[in-house]
Amino acid sequence: MSKKISHSKINPPPEKEEHAPKITTDTSRRSFFRKIWGWVALAAGIELAGLSIPFIGSGRKKQTKEKSGNFTAIAQVWDIPEGSVLPYRSGRLYICHLKDGGFLAVSIKCTHLGCSVEWDEKKKEFLCPCHHSMFSLNGEVINPPATRALNIYPLKIEEGVIKVNLENPIQRKHYNKSQETYA
Amino acid sequence: MLKPEAMQKNLTFLLHIHPKKVPRASIRYTYTFGLGGLTVLLILLQIFTGILLKFVYLPSPAKAYDSILFLQNHILFGQYVRNIHHLDGELLIVLALLHMLRVFFTEAFHPPIRSGNWILGICMFLLIMFSNFTGYLMPWDQLSYWAVTVVTNMFSYIPLIGPHITVFIRGGADVTGNTLMNFFNFHTAIIPLTLLILMIFHFWKVRKAGGVAPPRTRQEEEKGLVPVMPDLIVKEVAVGLIALAVVFILAIFLDAPLRERANPAFSPNPVKAPWYFIGIQEMLMHFHPFVGAIVIPLFLLGFLFYLPWLHYPQNNAGFWFSSLKGRQAAIISGIIAFILTPLLIVADEYLIHFNRWFPSLPSILSEGLFPVLLYGFLFYLYLLYLRKKYRPNVNETVQAVFAFFLITYTVLSLTGLFFRGPGMILMWPWQI
Repeated sequence: MSKKISHSKINPPPEKEEHAPKITTDTSRRSFFRKIWGWVALAAGIELAGLSIPFIGSGRKKQTKEKSGNFTAIAQVWDIPEGSVLPYRSGRLYICHLKDGGFLAVSIKCTHLGCSVEWDEKKKEFLCPCHHSMFSLNGEVINPPATRALNIYPLKIEEGVIKVNLENPIQRKHYNKSQETYA
Repeated sequence: MLKPEAMQKNLTFLLHIHPKKVPRASIRYTYTFGLGGLTVLLILLQIFTGILLKFVYLPSPAKAYDSILFLQNHILFGQYVRNIHHLDGELLIVLALLHMLRVFFTEAFHPPIRSGNWILGICMFLLIMFSNFTGYLMPWDQLSYWAVTVVTNMFSYIPLIGPHITVFIRGGADVTGNTLMNFFNFHTAIIPLTLLILMIFHFWKVRKAGGVAPPRTRQEEEKGLVPVMPDLIVKEVAVGLIALAVVFILAIFLDAPLRERANPAFSPNPVKAPWYFIGIQEMLMHFHPFVGAIVIPLFLLGFLFYLPWLHYPQNNAGFWFSSLKGRQAAIISGIIAFILTPLLIVADEYLIHFNRWFPSLPSILSEGLFPVLLYGFLFYLYLLYLRKKYRPNVNETVQAVFAFFLITYTVLSLTGLFFRGPGMILMWPWQI
């Protein structure tokens, strides 16, 4: 009789251990430690995730340069006939000379999915080779799938020299006249 | 020399992947076509050739392209191993897709025992796609640079968080050395490791489900069990060796492409996505990017994931297309999709211009919602026709609709591949 009791104390039958209310109301040391381990595991998980975030997101830090706000001299006003463009490949932009005499520095990147648009001198429009978006000289969308006008860069004209700030592309929904700079 | 019993023991350990005996009908080659096993083989070959390439390749924009040139011009078998790796990656997509189609069209996805493996299978298929795509950037030529620019840009159309996701994936505003590093890490460590773990899980679940869903057969000679050694193993080894030989021979003749060095200032014309994404690129020609690149793919993916839990009246696992009626409905659906899709593509190119008819509306409506409504209406007509003609149950409807979408995506891909010339203008293949 006594043997039986001691046996069941040391090695309780499995059904009893699975009995749900017993575990939740059990305030013994074992269940306390079980909970502690659970929290420790959670903490370890958070630590590992926390460790990886700076590494996974390191791209932007590696790339940041001091923004100087400098304007780069690109061309002279009389280099570009009215209604035409001058590509500036290393800055990935076009200087556009609009019909009304204004100038725009239009980004080369199609606003649809980022391919480089090409100027078609005959049709007087930009064409994207990836999905056939078309833009007018001022960067406005003529043909979808692109949904907004090409980005522009800050542009100023000093003594006939066109200068562009290459670091700060400006997103715009549509073209309007106030974006132009006049010589 | 090992004694026969010892050999048998070693064999049974190695063969944890198979039981000792399998149903004769389920090892008929024309039932599974060995597609799952071939996928495994190609993944192992991919790991082998990938490790070889890692001895030569340098993942930085300044050196990547030159290291590929060095590999091709100065290493014995360099070009050949690169060819194998490239071809193998593309074949993997094809085989994994065919394997999934076999599983789908024989309804081997029913819960509770096979649904988990269906989900795992989709995850692994996505990993294979992702692996191909990350590998695409490695050569750092014009092809890879612009394809990756376009595809990573698609994420920026997710509302609110989209632009941040694009910057995060690229490690900056543009595709740069950081992007190459991210992709290299995914391509050579994260994806292969995850894939291997999921594969083991997948095999274990196949065993738990009692092997492949056996085909329904009435023929007496196909009934009963056969020993896995030699009946199945010899078949597997033979098919595997033939497949290896085919890959090795093809790789002699099919050179992996290498264009000019990447130039961020010039997109080549036309820029085409890799062929497995070209169907999505074709959709982008017809829908607002948020719809074409995000909503529709996510909707279809959700359909795939949820598929085992639609309320099926029957479990027809092992029968192609669920039933004979299901097969007819699927074939008709395929034919409808094959006719309808090109018509719609041409119509959208020349007749339908929602953006010009409604110039004042935002493009998410005129280029997004309206085409979706138009297509949804036609799809509804197709469903009505299907219901009237066949009165299919849920099993058969799912088979038919899946066939419809499969053929639609295939036609979209073929259009993008063969019918789009410079400027992405529709033209005949011989005019390009």
